Amino acid sequence: MLRAFTYGALIFLSAMFILPFYWTFITAVKSVSELYQYPPVFWPSDVQWENFITAWFKQPFDVYFKNSAIVVVMSTIGQLFSSSLVAYGFARFHFKGRDVIFIILLATMMIPWDVKMIPLYMEFNMLGWINTLKPLIVPAYFAEAFFVFLLRQYIMTVPIEIDEAARMDGANSWQIYWRIHLPLMMPALVLVGTFHFMNAWNDYLGPLIFLNDQSKYTLTLGLSMFKGLHETDITSIAAITVLLCIPPLILFFFAQRYIMDGAIGSSVKG
Amino acid sequence: MSGVYDRQYQRQKFVEKLTPYLFISPWILGFFFFTLGPLVFSFVMSFYDWPVVGDREFIGTQNYEVMLTQDPLFWDSLWVTIKFGLFFVPFNIVLGLLLAVLLNQKVIGSGIFRTIFYLPSVISGVALVTIWAWIYSHEYGILNFLLGLAGIQGPNWLGDPNWALLAIVVASLWGLGGTMLILLTGLQSIPKELYEAAKMSGVPGWARLIFITIPMLSPMLLFTFITSIIAAFQQLTIALLLTGGGPLESTYFFAMYIYDNAFKHFEMGYAAANSWVMFLIILALSMMVMKSSSAWVYYEGEMKKGGNKDA
Repeated sequence: MLRAFTYGALIFLSAMFILPFYWTFITAVKSVSELYQYPPVFWPSDVQWENFITAWFKQPFDVYFKNSAIVVVMSTIGQLFSSSLVAYGFARFHFKGRDVIFIILLATMMIPWDVKMIPLYMEFNMLGWINTLKPLIVPAYFAEAFFVFLLRQYIMTVPIEIDEAARMDGANSWQIYWRIHLPLMMPALVLVGTFHFMNAWNDYLGPLIFLNDQSKYTLTLGLSMFKGLHETDITSIAAITVLLCIPPLILFFFAQRYIMDGAIGSSVKG
Repeated sequence: MSGVYDRQYQRQKFVEKLTPYLFISPWILGFFFFTLGPLVFSFVMSFYDWPVVGDREFIGTQNYEVMLTQDPLFWDSLWVTIKFGLFFVPFNIVLGLLLAVLLNQKVIGSGIFRTIFYLPSVISGVALVTIWAWIYSHEYGILNFLLGLAGIQGPNWLGDPNWALLAIVVASLWGLGGTMLILLTGLQSIPKELYEAAKMSGVPGWARLIFITIPMLSPMLLFTFITSIIAAFQQLTIALLLTGGGPLESTYFFAMYIYDNAFKHFEMGYAAANSWVMFLIILALSMMVMKSSSAWVYYEGEMKKGGNKDA
């Protein structure tokens, strides 16, 4: 009885979570005649794959894609490097003020972005960074609290004897970080990289505030522009939406194991 | 000679002391440039009339006075955000918990279900909005078609002030995968023996949920409670793109009010004051939740002392 209820509920809820995706996908590939048909067509008879290409050339999406790619790749590299470095510092050294600094680091996660948004805009404006990709890339090179926390938890599970043995053999702290901990951290780095990739790829408010010129737009801005330009061009909007969803979905499928384990690891070892 | 060694020793000592700070220096620098600096800057700005171009002028607490006494939009947008939070926060936690409890049973394909529930959390806010705009569409939307099958005449979801906020709540709840994942992790760390012992003593299933699961999960529930409140207050992307604050400002969120003051009206000082009010409200709410948590959060390995001295 209970099992039947469990499966029934799971299947029903899954349908609710999947249906919007499916609906968007078939909207993207429908022909014009089926698009506005009523009752709605759930299984298009005439699948138009070329809708994706048509939509892509309605705006300079290759430029947007290039910008998104630059932001995502450059900032992910910075995030992985800086967060792991800081995490190693917190996990493996005793120094004055460490615990206080670490608590401050955790507390920064609570600060709403809205409070920082306005002064950051002024700051980047003074630096002459408005309408460049820098505001979306540079901060990633200064470590993010959540990722530092995650990686620190991971490093703490590695026996300290490994560090000590390496030090005996004459390795310095940098070498221990670079040669031992970085490779050992790989699963956690995949997790951090995936989360950061998704945040950067999906970011809308950052580009919206810091970029003005269409030649600097990222994909999310381009898609939102679509709404204004061709409000009725549902097919193209749906097609670009589908394309925008693909990279994070692919990445998620590959990194899934790490995400689930990571969520478990960070809470149990907390 | 010994002086050289001494100096060398001292230098080595100094380097050793400095090393950890070098490792954490990226975050320290980032903290000053991208967190503390902006915070202080924004606090100072909130006491100024500070346009983007032109002269700024110190005006004391006038921004705060105007906001609280002369700007009806401040109260209206705050009320919209509170209404949103009153729906979003409980549903986010209860539905997240429901999904987590369902997945925590030994079900076949639980990995697949878990992935499905997490999928919407992976996509962007802009994509999510375009998907839901099409679902809610008055004429062609699939939602009203499905309701029609059940004989219900669906409203114009995004065009009706009575329904637009609820529509945004539902669209936001689609992304509750993160909450589910956190609660699921919490569930998996509850010792199985507790349930077995209760089962043997004949405790029924619903009672096991209330007297074992909920208390054991309470630290995680506290965490999701606070993060949901913060998420509710920061709600901007979905409303900005789905309804633009309308109809009749029924979805004009507090975050949108800040955004408009800063980047539409270019009143940077006023917007900074707005954002500090938001920060203080979030802080106060989080503190209240934390304070109350000693009464309802159970930490394993912490013995309850007799009586309720702190309460």
